[in-house]
Amino acid sequence: MTESTYAAEVVVFLKPGVNDPEGLAIKDGLHSLGYTGVETVRAGKYLRLVVRADDAEAARASVAAMCDQLLSNPVIENYRITVQSQAAE
Amino acid sequence: MRIGVVIFPGSNGDHDALSAIELGMGQEAVPIWHKDRSADGCDALIIPGGFSYGDYLRAGAIARFSPIMEAVSEFAARGGPVIGLCNGFQILTEVHLLPGALLRNQHLEFACRWVHVRVETDRTPFTAGLDPGTILRLPIAHGEGSYYVTPEQLAELEAHQQIVFRYTDAAGAARDDANPNGSVAHIAGVCNRRGNVVGLMPHPERAYDALLGGADGRHILGALLNVRELLAVSA
Repeated sequence: MTESTYAAEVVVFLKPGVNDPEGLAIKDGLHSLGYTGVETVRAGKYLRLVVRADDAEAARASVAAMCDQLLSNPVIENYRITVQSQAAE
Repeated sequence: MRIGVVIFPGSNGDHDALSAIELGMGQEAVPIWHKDRSADGCDALIIPGGFSYGDYLRAGAIARFSPIMEAVSEFAARGGPVIGLCNGFQILTEVHLLPGALLRNQHLEFACRWVHVRVETDRTPFTAGLDPGTILRLPIAHGEGSYYVTPEQLAELEAHQQIVFRYTDAAGAARDDANPNGSVAHIAGVCNRRGNVVGLMPHPERAYDALLGGADGRHILGALLNVRELLAVSA
């Protein structure tokens, strides 16, 4: 089986209930601009990885392991992963 | 007494710690570069403050992969006294030597001022001999020092006497307006279950002489010296 290249997008965000002062400050800024309909803002982190793997599922599993070990802090953060096949270079 | 100070790229409290040991306490200070793999010969270790690896990803997240951290973990597992100051506290939570995590300060400001903390337990080598309830005046300088644990984890910390310092006012009352960063339960410092690994956001190493604005930090390093004497007596 040959490996293919996958682009994995990882969004890391604070768990519900964990205070997010950055999101609150952004919300206040939006309110100042007149966007008074904004009820909540939660700030997070976006990471884009290009990985080699046997298939999309293997790529996802490997990126999930990376999230558990380093990319997120499981004490305070959750993450979401999307994987897309990339054309061979 | 030989006290090792671990230096990472981006540490900036390393020389404060070295001076506090040598000038403040008259003990031997040993700088340990993060690429070293041994902390042999040290009686205690300090993980100093700063912005190790630029605080990339999360404060303390990358420092945990430095070669020296394995030796730090082994030293801690043997019961050796380890203290993390500010960024050092963040690093010790990232390597899971200490529970919880440190979030961005509640009001988003970089908090740089003198605060009061109350000693909550004397069962660590850094508070041994200090009466619980002792008030220390120490400086803080951090943007991400808001201590976080879930309510369940907080109950565990309480049950196992792992809360070492709380932010209070000068009279020793824990109040919201004396909490500089929104830490859960006003927590300024914690220890591991065993009690030999301690982390705190304030900087005792920047308060070892009245010329620096305060000398209360000496109590924390001084506690370490007392412990050693006690151990020597019992040995």
